Amino acid sequence: MTVTWATYEAEYFDRSEPYVQGAIVLDQEIAPRAGWSAPIRAGHVLTLVDVGGNQSGDCLIYDASDHDVRYSAQATLAAQRNAYLVDGSVLRDQEGAALMTVVGNEVERQDTIGGACSKESNTLRYGHHTLFHHACRENFLLEGAKHGLGPRDLVSNINWFMNVPVEADGTLGIVDGMSAPGKRVALRAERDVLVVISNCPQVNNPCNDFNPTPLRVIVTDPAVAA
Amino acid sequence: MTDDRGAGRRSSTATLTQARDDARSRADTAVEAMPYLPPASSPYTPADVDPSTLVWAETVAGPGYTHMTVARGTRIRLEDVTGDACAHVVVLSALNPGERLNVADTQKIPWQAYLGAGHPLLSGDGRVLATVVADAAGGHHDAFCGVTTIAGNIERYGAGAAHTATAAGRELLLLAAAKEGLTPRDVPPSVSFFKGVRVAPDGALEWTGDGGAGATVDLVAEMPLTVLVANAAHPLDPAEGYRTGPVRVHAWAAAASSASDPWWTATPERTRAYLNTQQHLLARGIR
Ligand SMILES: [Zn+2]
Repeated sequence: MTVTWATYEAEYFDRSEPYVQGAIVLDQEIAPRAGWSAPIRAGHVLTLVDVGGNQSGDCLIYDASDHDVRYSAQATLAAQRNAYLVDGSVLRDQEGAALMTVVGNEVERQDTIGGACSKESNTLRYGHHTLFHHACRENFLLEGAKHGLGPRDLVSNINWFMNVPVEADGTLGIVDGMSAPGKRVALRAERDVLVVISNCPQVNNPCNDFNPTPLRVIVTDPAVAA
Repeated sequence: MTDDRGAGRRSSTATLTQARDDARSRADTAVEAMPYLPPASSPYTPADVDPSTLVWAETVAGPGYTHMTVARGTRIRLEDVTGDACAHVVVLSALNPGERLNVADTQKIPWQAYLGAGHPLLSGDGRVLATVVADAAGGHHDAFCGVTTIAGNIERYGAGAAHTATAAGRELLLLAAAKEGLTPRDVPPSVSFFKGVRVAPDGALEWTGDGGAGATVDLVAEMPLTVLVANAAHPLDPAEGYRTGPVRVHAWAAAASSASDPWWTATPERTRAYLNTQQHLLARGIR
């Protein structure tokens, strides 16, 4: 059976608006299943909109001037002593310094434990018939290659709008999301950074509600009036 | 380390003969942290190990680091000698260091965040790099917090450089990586043995302490493997000062996991991970 996933338009889509007002620096849509990347200047705010609801946006962050300095899920979680990202969470590099800060968040909690889907891990989780399903790791590799990044530059990422609870006995996994059309997360760059996002193509678990939909990225400069 | 035992001026070193004699007279000094060569001569060979099979025997200072590239089928036992050590570990394929520990997949694929006996250490390529085949540390391990940083240790202890008594785990991992020809890009998130963390219902990361003096954990290399170990205080250790102790390493020639091992079939996801690994090595002619 062939299933067509990409829903480019639907009545329930909500493209929302920037979380933090300011001059629009960039306003782009990440098509379902596609990769995206852009440098974000210090002080600018990136608003990511979950246009169709419960659409995972897998995200990596690098220091724009030195890509060896990159997001560290472990440094971020250890510093805040909590396994979930929420409003106010500081997204840190491997040395513990701030790359970006969550300055707005409209879902209960955000994930940085679950990692990115890959063709290879799909074979483990869902069986070898899923090897040729497109995956976030493919998007990271192709989008990263534009900036000189390769497999050695991929680390544990953030999954905006994805829900990964950890139960008392350590059981963890991806369950139905807590997001909805138009929900946003907003990130302020604490220095010049490179942000890479994969609009997750996964159709074997609920991270995209089994229906990949668009993400909207809006970057504003709060220092300049809209 | 600020405490270099057995060092210092001992005799006159004014002439080359004296200096050479002085240097050579130091070699027999035995200290707590040192390698044992040949490995079969280790005074701490585990009772269940035939000394002639040992390929690596060492006591790693705390703080300190070690690293080794080992063959598929090597079984590596780490011991927290005093109950105060924390072994932060990164493993990479010796065939292709771009294939290295992926902590997210290591937690996600088994649907289990906590490391224990039978837990696979997975790469990002759908394969098993190593398996935790035995855990005599009561599950006091952590895959959430990683290592301390130099800035964090300066703030908390006053110093964090590798040469200080309060060295940051990351500094030590970077050195271990460099000795294996690797760069900072090659140091991904790590796993920590002998110090435990659990996730509370609200997400809080809670300290669960240690497995006590003599706690051990055994890893089996499922492919030719580069192992990086930083022995440094855990980032969440609530101890007043920098808590550390020696880590003892014994590694011996054993067998990679096979379909008869219970962890191979523990879950369908793990079975497929071992099958992927097996085929990867089969194609390379590695048995
Ligand atoms: Zn994905």
